[in-house]
Amino acid sequence: MDKTFSIQRMPGFATIALFCFALLYLPIATLVVFAFNDGSSIVMWEGLSLRWFRQAWNNSQVIDASIRSLQIASVAAVLATIAATMAAIATTRTRSYRGLTFKYAFINQPLMVPEIVTAVALLVLFSRIKVMTGYSGLGYLILAHTAFCIPFAYLPIRARLESMDLSLERAAADLYATPWKTFRRITLPLLWPGILAGFMLAFVISLDDVVITEFVKSAGQDTLPTYMLGQLRRVVTPEMNAISTVFLLISVAIVTLFFLISRRKV
Amino acid sequence: MPEKPDRSAIEIRNVSKIFGSGDDQVKALDNVSVDIRENEFFTLLGPSGCGKTTLLRLIAGFDFPTEGEIRLHGEDIAPLPPFKRPVNTVFQNYALFPHMTVAQNIAFGLEMLGRPKQEIEARVAAMLKLVKMEQLRNRKTSQISGGQQQRVALARALAPQPKVLLLDEPLSALDYKLRKEMQIELKRLQGETGITFIFVTHDQEEALTMSDRIAVMSAGRILQVGSPWEIYDHPAERFVADFIGETNFLTGTVKEAGNGRARLLLGSGAEIAASAASDFKPNAEATLMVRPEHAKLVKGKGDLGGTVQNIVYFGTDTHIHVRLDGGEMFIVRQQNARSAGCGFEEGEKVGVSIGDDAAQVLRD
Amino acid sequence: MSSASEVADAAERKDVRGRWLLSLPALLIIGIASVFPLLIVLVYSFLKPGSYGDVVWQFSPDAWVGVLFQRDIFDGTLSIADAHLSIFWRSVRLSLMTTVLALILGFPTAYFIATRPERTRAIWLFLITIPFWTNLLIRTFAIQEVIRNEGVVNGLLMKLGVISSPIQMMFTDFAIMIGMVYVYFPLMVLPLYASMEKLDFRLVEAGYDLYATRLKVLWRIIIPMVKPGIIAGSILVFIPSLGAYVTPRVLGGGRNLMLGNLIELQFGQGRNWPLGAALSITLLVIVMAALLIYVRKASNGGAHHG
Repeated sequence: MDKTFSIQRMPGFATIALFCFALLYLPIATLVVFAFNDGSSIVMWEGLSLRWFRQAWNNSQVIDASIRSLQIASVAAVLATIAATMAAIATTRTRSYRGLTFKYAFINQPLMVPEIVTAVALLVLFSRIKVMTGYSGLGYLILAHTAFCIPFAYLPIRARLESMDLSLERAAADLYATPWKTFRRITLPLLWPGILAGFMLAFVISLDDVVITEFVKSAGQDTLPTYMLGQLRRVVTPEMNAISTVFLLISVAIVTLFFLISRRKV
Repeated sequence: MPEKPDRSAIEIRNVSKIFGSGDDQVKALDNVSVDIRENEFFTLLGPSGCGKTTLLRLIAGFDFPTEGEIRLHGEDIAPLPPFKRPVNTVFQNYALFPHMTVAQNIAFGLEMLGRPKQEIEARVAAMLKLVKMEQLRNRKTSQISGGQQQRVALARALAPQPKVLLLDEPLSALDYKLRKEMQIELKRLQGETGITFIFVTHDQEEALTMSDRIAVMSAGRILQVGSPWEIYDHPAERFVADFIGETNFLTGTVKEAGNGRARLLLGSGAEIAASAASDFKPNAEATLMVRPEHAKLVKGKGDLGGTVQNIVYFGTDTHIHVRLDGGEMFIVRQQNARSAGCGFEEGEKVGVSIGDDAAQVLRD
Repeated sequence: MSSASEVADAAERKDVRGRWLLSLPALLIIGIASVFPLLIVLVYSFLKPGSYGDVVWQFSPDAWVGVLFQRDIFDGTLSIADAHLSIFWRSVRLSLMTTVLALILGFPTAYFIATRPERTRAIWLFLITIPFWTNLLIRTFAIQEVIRNEGVVNGLLMKLGVISSPIQMMFTDFAIMIGMVYVYFPLMVLPLYASMEKLDFRLVEAGYDLYATRLKVLWRIIIPMVKPGIIAGSILVFIPSLGAYVTPRVLGGGRNLMLGNLIELQFGQGRNWPLGAALSITLLVIVMAALLIYVRKASNGGAHHG
């Protein structure tokens, strides 16, 4: 018999949950640990060393791919955040108007289509444009990334807007602020955490993308994830672990920041 | 007391407001007309959904009337956006800007009007002093109490010296004691600033204690406009009498009427004369209204006969529930004397005596 | 109508126009780089394949026939395309199994998080969210490290003497399923948690008060009330599983294909773009159907709960 009867307790649930958390982090932990392995095995521990980090740092392919990843993610996230902010303002806190549902569906469309389908669709379209224009720069990747980042940036911005009290803007208008001044002085400062959160989500999503990038990129346009995908086919050394570890660190840092920002109440 | 009671600050002319369209149409305001005088404390009183907040929002400019005119000192302001109206609002939830300090909130309206820096500073200081918040000028608005937020909201709305101040149930979020304090505070501010206050509330007691005049609203219409005592003692309609204070209603038929008075024959056969809110024709159905404190219980025969059913003690007074011989319930309120019972017992046969001025005949 | 109401009407028209203008950039970008390409794919699925990839602009239903049938090279008769069918079947089966396993593990996990004290709850939630926002490829790589022949599991079992030679897990359906459960697990837990967080435990108390056992309370009270979360989580896991590309490619090793890989093949070595296009549209239709069911159920659920 329980000493005290707990309303919420379900026997075994906590055990399963903790087991799941362990399973979730064990592979990642192993991966990180073996990044510091002195030997070239990714399973046999042969002592502590930073040699694989050094090797990755000196691998120009890795560095190039990383820089490219960051370039694409920065530009795409900025563009997506601007577009998403505007769209969020246009689609929230209004009485339903003609085309509103259409806009919702359109903005969320990239979330609903399997990535592989969008990827081959972009391959088909862009390969034709590449032939027609002769341009094969990063523009295609940036455009594609911006498109699928918009719904992710849109989510927190829209949530923030909807939780914002309309009476604040009404109060500003009551105190002689024109619509533009109301936006600058009231709406934007209050919306800012949402915009920042949206930007970070977009950035992480762009940084992580494999499938669409793999199909859209021209020769020599590997991003870090597509470079890694290519490497996974070969014999894997702890260099991959080292790259993954750094990558993980960046993602975790951004997500942590995102969490802190979105939890902050004005 | 208002100095020039006859000049209108706000004239509402035949204003209607319809929300939605087609089958979902809701008529929030139905051909409302009212004049609000300069320097007065005017209250819109009514139950929720009566249209009082809608009317306030139309004056503020957050909504536009479907029909009618809203004049401010003679000028039709109904088509103007809110930021072009010399009218400020104290919001129900205060709507203080959370990312600004107390002082920044108060300065906001003046800044938007493009006033010079020194003037803004002086004015903010004066406002802080007016609402006794000098100490907290640099606090964020999330770091002050509800009562203090209320004061900041007031100061912010008063800072640009509006022609009219609109208050949308500003005290409803405060607890009882604070509410009482703020009622007095509001009255003081209105006196000191000389600005017309339009105050929206559903609390009849609040309306009676604070207002120069009250408009009682129901279902999108204004039923009666008058001073608190007019509204209380001489309600024009049954709804007004029922909404404000406690009232006994007795139905009957008009026997004779004229000169603002009517004689009513009640169901129990008793006849009572009273002042009449409107003209009546003989044999019309009408309602007699008697406030519980205006009736008296007597041993033996009164104007009405009945039996004491319940005696409820309230400290300052006692309510005696009497079952009249006709079957209706009638409540008499009796001030409590020191160290004495009410003088009646449950089950006792009593008479109810209604003074000459105590009753009022109302349309049904 | 008063002048004020005309002003109001004009303001509303202007507002709607402004709102269209504001949403234009987002609509344009998504239109160009997400919606329009899909339309092209739809068109391509009705064309003839070119001999080295791409298409010949000639109408042909062959690609759609090819989704389910294969034409005999010699006499041209049609027979069921076993290869495609088995890939369809594997995709659906693996996705369903992934969903069920994720639900079995995710339900207690979400319940656990939802019943933590307010302060620690955010931390547990954060721990679930972190893997979700980290690179899918890295997580797939991490699970590969665990189940390889030379990996952690086999290494451990051999060291303990449970087995003498490694169990082949990589390049099996099992590996794909484990990988998908691993990478999509947060997608199950988060919506489950969202509906459990709103759970009113006074109803659970009422259940116990009325003599229900723990199992009965779970079955008759908790599960019906968090059903929207169960449906949302299941759909959120099922849809990406069905379209999975990276996980089966890495863990299935090119032999155990899923739909995503089959589609890729048509644009790579197979070089039958119209067939790839038809397969893409097929996958899209299945996903849309699943989403539609979800929306239906979700709105029904909403009506039931108020």
